[in-house]
Amino acid sequence: MWDYSDKVKDYFFNPKNAGALGEANAVGEVGAISCGDALKLMLKVDPATEVIEDARFQTFGCGSAIASSSALTDMIIGKTLQEAITITNQDIADFLGGLPPEKMHCSVMGYEALQAAIANFRGEEWHDDHEEGALLCKCFGVDEGMVERAIRMNKLTTIEQITDYTKAGGGCLTCFDKLEEVIAKVNADLVAEGVLAAHEAYSIGAVDAADIKAKAKAKKEAEKEAAPPTSPLTPASPLPPPSAGMTNLKKMRLIEEAIEEIRPYLKKDGGDCELIDVDGSNVMVSLTGACTGCQMASVTVSGIQERLIAKLGVPVRVIPVKAHAH
Amino acid sequence: MRPVYLDNNATTRVDPTVVEAMLPFFTEQFGNPSSIHSFGASVGQSVKKARQQLQQLLGAEHDHEIIYTASGTESDNTAILSALEAMPGRDEIITSAVEHPAVLALCQHLEKIGRAKVHYIGVDSLGRLDLEAYRAALTDKVALVTLMWANNETGTIFPIEALAELAKEVGALFHTDAVQAVGKVPIVLKGSAIDMLSLSGHKLHAPKGIGALYVKRGARFKPLLRGGHQERGRRAGTENAPGIIGLGKAAELAIAHMADEQTRVKELRNRLESAILQRVPNCFVNGDPRERLPNTTNIAFEYVEGEAILLHLTRQGIAASSGSACTSGSLEPSHVMRAMNVPFTAAHGSIRFSLSRDNVPEDVEQVIEALPKILENLRELSPFWAGVNKGPAAFKPVYA
Repeated sequence: MWDYSDKVKDYFFNPKNAGALGEANAVGEVGAISCGDALKLMLKVDPATEVIEDARFQTFGCGSAIASSSALTDMIIGKTLQEAITITNQDIADFLGGLPPEKMHCSVMGYEALQAAIANFRGEEWHDDHEEGALLCKCFGVDEGMVERAIRMNKLTTIEQITDYTKAGGGCLTCFDKLEEVIAKVNADLVAEGVLAAHEAYSIGAVDAADIKAKAKAKKEAEKEAAPPTSPLTPASPLPPPSAGMTNLKKMRLIEEAIEEIRPYLKKDGGDCELIDVDGSNVMVSLTGACTGCQMASVTVSGIQERLIAKLGVPVRVIPVKAHAH
Repeated sequence: MRPVYLDNNATTRVDPTVVEAMLPFFTEQFGNPSSIHSFGASVGQSVKKARQQLQQLLGAEHDHEIIYTASGTESDNTAILSALEAMPGRDEIITSAVEHPAVLALCQHLEKIGRAKVHYIGVDSLGRLDLEAYRAALTDKVALVTLMWANNETGTIFPIEALAELAKEVGALFHTDAVQAVGKVPIVLKGSAIDMLSLSGHKLHAPKGIGALYVKRGARFKPLLRGGHQERGRRAGTENAPGIIGLGKAAELAIAHMADEQTRVKELRNRLESAILQRVPNCFVNGDPRERLPNTTNIAFEYVEGEAILLHLTRQGIAASSGSACTSGSLEPSHVMRAMNVPFTAAHGSIRFSLSRDNVPEDVEQVIEALPKILENLRELSPFWAGVNKGPAAFKPVYA
C-alpha cells in the first residue's frame, strides 16, 4: 500500500465538504469512470464579490484522489476566484504534505476541475474541450493543453513524470512521440525563460519508448500484468512500404478482409465492428457492444486503423459512424 | 481491534507445526544432505520423507517426480524454458490471457526475442477458457501448453485434466501453474496427462522461498540451473533443507485439512459472499460461481474504486486485496478483469477476499458488519452514484 502522509489519510478518512451542493453556480467535472478517477467540483460563488462561499466535491477514485479533492475545497473556500485561479496542482500536493509521485495526477485532477469550474462560472469554455485530434493520450483522454500545463507548472523533465502527473502515456504509449515533442518544446521555453537549467531540459531521443514500457511493466509485475498482445489491435510494427496502383476493388476487398480478421478479437471482448462504407481513404465503421465505451472506443478505432494501414500499405482514416437502423 | 486476514491467495501464515518441524534443521541438523557423513545423511533422510509427503498431496506415482525450487515462479520458468529446449522442431506455446505474471511475462519475453510463438487463449465473462480457441491453437508445432489450475484473482478453476488430454493428442507437453490449487482442491497426478505442475510453499502454510516442480517420469526435461547433481541433476544448488522439510509438513497438514477446506472454509466463504451480495447494492461476483476455489471470492462493487475500499478495510483491521489499478501503481485494472471484460463501472472496484483454514466465523462477520457502511460512504462521495440500481449518474466531464 502507498505511503500516504497523515494529512492525506485524514482528508481521505474524514473528508470535508463531500457531497452535492444544490446552490452551486460553478461546476467543474473532469475524469471518467473507465479511467479510474473522476471529480465533480461544485462552487457557490458570490456574483458581486466573486468570493467562493462554499465548495463541495464528489470523487470516484483512490485514497489520494479523494483527499486531493477534499483538500482543494478547504483551500479555496473564502478565496476570491482571482486568488483561487492561481492555485497549482503542486500547491494541492504541498498542502497535503506531499503525494507519492505515481499519484500526482490526483492533484492535477483537482487543479483541472478548479479551472473548469471557474471557467464555467465565467461562462467561458474551459479550453480542454477535446476534439478527437487534440487528444494526445487516447487511453486516458489527456489532451495537449493538460500535458503542457502540467510540464510547465511542475517543471517536468521526463516522460515518466508526465505519466505520473497526467496519466498520459500510462497505457499503450503510442503517444510517445507526441509526448516527446511537447516536453521538449515546453522545456525549451522554460530554459529560455530562465526557470529551468539547460542541462535539465528534455531532448528528443533521450529515452526509448520501449525502455519506458519495459520499466513500467517491471513495476507492475509485482502482482498485476498488462494484457498479452494477442490482439491485432495492439500497436503494430513499422508499416510496410506503400504498394502502388491498387485498384479500388482490391482495396475494398483488403479492407473487408482486415475487418473480418479483427472482429473475432472484438467479439471476444464483447464488442463488434461492421464496415459501413469506404470513401477514398476514409473507412467508415460502426462499433457496437463493449466497443462503444468512452475510453476503449478510441483505442479500438486507432487499432483498426493501424491494422488497415498495415494491410493496405497506404494511409487510411478510420471513422466511427452510427450503424444503419435495422 | 481484532485483525482479520482474508488475503490467503497472496500468502498464508506458516503453520506453527510447520515451524516446529523446520527448527532443528537450522540448528543441530545443519548438514548438507548430499554429504556422506552422518551430519548430512540424516538430513538426506528427512528430505526424502518430506518429498514423499508432497508426493502424497499431489497423488504422484513416484517421489522423484518432485523437483524442489525456490518459488512458484522458478517452477513456472523452469517448465516453460525446459519444454522449448526439450521439444526441438516445436516453437509454439499455448497459454491463457489470465495467467499469473510468472507465466505471462516470460511468454511475452520469449515472443519478443523471437524464441517462441505464443497463443494467448481468452476467457469468457466468467473467466472460463475459450475451448474452441484452445482446440484451434493445438497443432504439432506446439511444444508446451501452460494453463493455470486455478486463477489467483477470481479462483476460477480450469478443467485441467481434460485440457491436458487434448494437449497429448498433438504430442505437446502440458504444464499447469497450480500454485493456487494445491492444498485447496484434491489433485491426483498419477494416471493424468499432466507432465508438469508448479506449486509454491507459502500458499499452503509453508514458508516463502520454497517451491516445487512436478515432472512426470519419462517427460522430457532440461534443467534451468546447472551445477551440482542435486535433485538428480535437474535443479542444481544445495537443497533448502528447512524449507523442504517445512513444505513436506505443510503437505501432510494440507491432506489432513482437505475436507475442512472443502466444507468449513467453503461455508465461511459462501456466508461472506452471500451476506455481502445481500447487504450491499450494485455488486456482483467475478469468476465462475460453479468451478471455483473453495476459499476465494472476488466481488466487484460498482461506482467505487478498490483502493479506497481497501484503505477503509485496513483501518478496520481487515486485510484483503484488489485488482484495482490504483493499488498497484499501474493505471489500468488487472489483466484478469480486462480479459473477463468486467464492465468499466465495476472493474476498478473489485475486491478479492481469500480465506484459509485459519479463519473463523467471527472473521467474516466482522467484514459483513464493516463493508456495507464503507461502500455507502464511498458511494456518497462518488459522482457516478445515483442510488441503488439506478445506473450511473449524469456526469459530463469537460474531458473524459
